[in-house]
Amino acid sequence: MSVATAFFYLFSIITIASAAMVIVGRNPVHSVLFLILAFVSAAGLFVLTGAEFLAMLLVVVYVGAVMVLFLFVVMMLDVDFAQLQKTVGKYLPVGGLITLVVLAELVLVVGSWNVAPESVLSTPTPAGLSNTAALGQVLYTQYAYLFQAAGLVLLTAMIGAIVLTLHHRPNVKRQDISAQNARTRATAIENKHVPSRTGVPVP
Amino acid sequence: METLQLALVHALPEVILAIGVIAMVLVGAFRGKPDDGPMSEIAVVLLGAALVAIVLKTPGVSGVVFDNAFVDDRFGDFMKALALIGSIVTLLMAGDFFRGEGINKFEFPILVVLATLGMMMLISANGLIALYLGLELMSLALYVTAALSRDDARASEAGLKYFVLGALSSGMLLYGASLLYGFSGNVSFAGIAAAIGDHPNVGVIFGLVFLFTGLAFKMSVVPFHMWTPDVYEGAPTPVTAFFASAPKMAAVAIATRVIYTAFPGATHQWQQIVIFMSIASMALGAFAAIKQDNIKRLMAYSSIGHMGFALVGLAAGTEEGVKGVLFYMAIYLVMTLGAFAAILSMRVNGKPVEKISDLSGLDNTNRPMALFIALLMVSLSGVPPLAGFFAKWYVFLAAVQANLFTLAVIGVLCSAVAAFYYWRIIKVMYFDDAAPAFDKPSLTLRAVLAVSAVSMLLYWVYPAPLVQAADSAAKSLF
Repeated sequence: MSVATAFFYLFSIITIASAAMVIVGRNPVHSVLFLILAFVSAAGLFVLTGAEFLAMLLVVVYVGAVMVLFLFVVMMLDVDFAQLQKTVGKYLPVGGLITLVVLAELVLVVGSWNVAPESVLSTPTPAGLSNTAALGQVLYTQYAYLFQAAGLVLLTAMIGAIVLTLHHRPNVKRQDISAQNARTRATAIENKHVPSRTGVPVP
Repeated sequence: METLQLALVHALPEVILAIGVIAMVLVGAFRGKPDDGPMSEIAVVLLGAALVAIVLKTPGVSGVVFDNAFVDDRFGDFMKALALIGSIVTLLMAGDFFRGEGINKFEFPILVVLATLGMMMLISANGLIALYLGLELMSLALYVTAALSRDDARASEAGLKYFVLGALSSGMLLYGASLLYGFSGNVSFAGIAAAIGDHPNVGVIFGLVFLFTGLAFKMSVVPFHMWTPDVYEGAPTPVTAFFASAPKMAAVAIATRVIYTAFPGATHQWQQIVIFMSIASMALGAFAAIKQDNIKRLMAYSSIGHMGFALVGLAAGTEEGVKGVLFYMAIYLVMTLGAFAAILSMRVNGKPVEKISDLSGLDNTNRPMALFIALLMVSLSGVPPLAGFFAKWYVFLAAVQANLFTLAVIGVLCSAVAAFYYWRIIKVMYFDDAAPAFDKPSLTLRAVLAVSAVSMLLYWVYPAPLVQAADSAAKSLF
């Protein structure tokens, strides 16, 4: 058994095991952490097949951004996951049936599936280039227009998110550090002469 | 280098808008004020520059650039010019309304320019990826403008509804695109047409259906129209005017382009879909609008009906049909902008009103406005010699020439039913007791209303420029 095969089985086992742990884990934070582990080992599988760009993307985008977002959601929303898991048994018969049907369909479809030979790799990776370099070469030349268009879509999404969520509320007290540091005894403290037995009006 | 320059020349209007909008974002951010200030004017100048770039382009120069992603032809120019006019007039009309409501944010003009850029990229799309990116750029900006008035519950509901349903339709479109790519091995329209030949297989037909679902949603034709009345009613009125005008141009344009460049071999299949959507939209537009008392909702059903009429031309599947569609969209644009100028003028004591009964007795309080609205309503219902009649005439003629007699007859019947609710507005204005008088509308609104109504009336005097433009645009697609 070669080293690559050994690593393939190692990554596969970790992926499947951590995916299972995502579902059965009682603590939702643990579930998210196991999902991260599943993604990282899936990235390892991508590296083994020579798709190192996809592997990087998986780690950077999913682990780095999407999972952090998940963690935020899990921590900030008050959802009782333990309660949710108790109701699983009620849906198990129907859910299990659907799972079996989908599994049977997948086996039937994928089992009889032939990839059309002429449609595979219509633009093969040029020799002597890693697939990251090859992707970069077409992305910034052949697909420059689409790349720029995607950039504009993201810009729109950003502007939209800011427009819809940023509130400029008046009368909000904010901390102004420079103003705090510039305070002196002269500006902060005022001495009042209080006559005996009368008091001062409270503002 | 040579090819990049060529590509940029072909995409000059888009380049102007893209660079301009980024400059606008910077200006808006560094001005440090949340109000719109000069941003609307800057946006109008930008869109105007793009329009000039399209109009002054050397005629006959067309080409496919950016590695088959972008096509520059007369058809695209015609529809882009319409979309730009829609955006410009919307921006001109919007300023006063937003200032009155206290939501004059500088982002609105930016989002309108971004949406317009998306429309132009969509109109010029020559492949599935370019189609999706253009559609998404347009839609994202539109979702945000619908919810712009955040403190208004109805506007937020409209924005959310539009966003959720829009995301669903995008998903369907993407699924269709993936099927088409999977079964034809191509993302460019010409490549798909070559791959499927004359006998499309089941996978391609499924892809076609899903792709059309996504496009039909953007055109708001039955059965993907559910969002239209609620969104039109809830969104701020200038945003509704924008929704009813420019994005429709882009959606109809790309549907036409997809049909004629990617599926010439599947005529029988797409024709069934288009005929069904057309009949259903015309019927719903005619019957559902009858009971409406909110004029924005009425315009929503009216626009659904008009999209149905435009699809009659598309269903014909001939060059005459495409010419009819182009013609219909141009006249629909002018009528819609005029109608929304009238709706934006409906303000009593500084507050916008939008019931049809608020128009009661308008003839006594504001005679010119009543006259112009009456002209627009007559034109919308399609009575000769107003322009709305010629628009319907061309699409029905194309349908008859293509032997689609049933479709044409149903269209004429629906048009007769729809005339009822357009004419009811005239009856309310001229024969009902006077409601409180409207405030004096701004000069822009009065100008837009007058120009659109008079151009409807006088169209038959000098129809040549529009007819010729539509003619050469339709020819470039075949």
